[in-house]
Amino acid sequence: MQREIYDEDHEAFREVVKEFVKRYVTPEKAKQWDADGEVDRATMKAAAEHGIVGLSVPEEFGGAGMLMDYRFRSVVNEELIGCGHGSALAGAVGIHDDLAVPYIAHFGTDAQKAKWLPKMATAEILGALAMTEPGAGSDLRAARTTAKKVDGGYVVNGAKTFISSGKTADIIVTFVKTGEGNRPDAFSLIILEDGMPGFEHGKKLHKMGFPGHDTAELSFSDVFVPDENLIGGVEGRGFVHLMMNLPLERLSIGAVAAAVAEAGVKWTIDYTTSREAFGKPVIDFQNTRFRLAEMATTVDVMWAYVDRAMNLYRQGKLSADEAAKVKFWCTEREWEVLDQGVQLHGGYGYILEYPIARAFLDARVHRIYGGTNEVMREIVARSITGRK
Amino acid sequence: MRIVVLVKVVPDTNAERTLSLETGLAERATAALVADEIGERALEVALSYADAHEGTDVHVLAVGPEESTTSIRKCLAMGAASATHVVDAGLVGADLGLTAEVVAAALGRVGYDLVLAGNQSTDGMGGVLPVMVAEHLGLPSLTNLTAVTIGDAEVSGTRLSEDAAVGLSAPLPAVVSVTEALPDPRFPGFKGIMAAKKKPVEVLSLADLGLDADDLSTSRSIMLTIDARPPRGGGVKITDDDGDAAVRLSAFLAENHLI
Repeated sequence: MQREIYDEDHEAFREVVKEFVKRYVTPEKAKQWDADGEVDRATMKAAAEHGIVGLSVPEEFGGAGMLMDYRFRSVVNEELIGCGHGSALAGAVGIHDDLAVPYIAHFGTDAQKAKWLPKMATAEILGALAMTEPGAGSDLRAARTTAKKVDGGYVVNGAKTFISSGKTADIIVTFVKTGEGNRPDAFSLIILEDGMPGFEHGKKLHKMGFPGHDTAELSFSDVFVPDENLIGGVEGRGFVHLMMNLPLERLSIGAVAAAVAEAGVKWTIDYTTSREAFGKPVIDFQNTRFRLAEMATTVDVMWAYVDRAMNLYRQGKLSADEAAKVKFWCTEREWEVLDQGVQLHGGYGYILEYPIARAFLDARVHRIYGGTNEVMREIVARSITGRK
Repeated sequence: MRIVVLVKVVPDTNAERTLSLETGLAERATAALVADEIGERALEVALSYADAHEGTDVHVLAVGPEESTTSIRKCLAMGAASATHVVDAGLVGADLGLTAEVVAAALGRVGYDLVLAGNQSTDGMGGVLPVMVAEHLGLPSLTNLTAVTIGDAEVSGTRLSEDAAVGLSAPLPAVVSVTEALPDPRFPGFKGIMAAKKKPVEVLSLADLGLDADDLSTSRSIMLTIDARPPRGGGVKITDDDGDAAVRLSAFLAENHLI
């Protein structure tokens, strides 16, 4: 179904991303990322040169100024994912632009913006966001990483885990406890810099999916962080800041899910067209045709929903609970579409050479991260019932 | 220095291209229109020079239908400063002679120190437009260059032939055509796309240029008939029955002057 959220600028930008994919996102490159467990910095910088990284950085700091408009970001997702071997890059770009830059762009002090954002626009500096701890995921208030006030700054102790881009990022926007107890105002966001004494990366995590995008454990032992790295310069705002960027984080996962599902339909059509069984292409069997019809319709509905959410986000009207609906619903439809796609690929759907198999493994985490889908349901339930 | 780059908008070579048997023209609906890829390489020559020489003004000149706008915008997004687009119903199906007159007239209007073009378009492949333009303007013409050096008062370059590399130079102003052997052109980014929206594109008609497409006092080539390409016949198949296939294959290739 024709989508209606894009204008000629988005289509011109889509051509840019397609050309970028042709030149930089080759299957050989993707293999290298998988082998290294991370996307190389040169590719990130090349992407930044063409405005594919840095879309959310404000114009005055050298970015595209699209923090409040997810459409260009969605074009990036659609093209990187649709080519069949760009999911690691899509992930790395997403963490930087959707999860790290916003905290500095929205809530940073003028000095923090001036210090970090120009280099985040060029990918000289890459960012990540660290919330989850070994003992605190959905239950964020159980976080135990502390930042104790000392003269001139803070001393940070604790550990974070499952941090996307945690190894490659130069700066980590980190959720820490600056107060006592677990009241919302006991927490703050603080920028940890790679290389600070006492900041170590733990062992490489072997994941089910996204082999080409790094996910790390981080440990902090008496890491001294200067005052100037406290996001916004005021303690106790951590929860508030997180809450304010949640709509974007959840929307971004929903938009990625739609892009993956759309690609999954395309891969499945391609495969079943070329594969023959019982003397005719698999796509000509009624079962295939019915399943494809369902998959394609599901994708249309996903986009109708995500596009509406993108429009609301642009107007500043997408609430955290509405974004939660988008996140859990889209990632579950994505899972169903991919599962069906794998089935229609037969044995080849189980082979990682095929993009449908890789996408299937990658997609599993979409129902877990960015807030588990169970937490998303709880948030939606709270909003519609008015009961905690 | 003002460098004018001639850019033709053509059906994408990556898509299937078909001719309409009604009009003899390319079916615009079947393939997306893009800036000709050799023309983009010519633009890259101009932009690289402009990057290194402040005060260089790169202007794009396109003669083509309304739908050329997207490709012209892309050239501006790549870095050209301004563009001229000649569009006129009288130019539908224009032959090389008329197109060269139009290009020459438009160049006279926009001004130039150097004119750069692809040596041929990927659709029409006439290969003579740059020299025809040079002839109209009374300018020296360097054709089919595989390397170009732009100086203050002259342009020089290399033309590769089968057994020699010919060095050529001409005083400016001049017309230069380049081949697809030149490096890949740059491609735009987000900022280029946004900047392009603010760059001027002058749209001209034949009347603006004082030309009349129906004036046949100059000879024009006119298409009289068009036929679909006949289906390909079966090729020669050499099977290795007696172990002499290699001999017969090389004989076949030699016979057809392929080796």
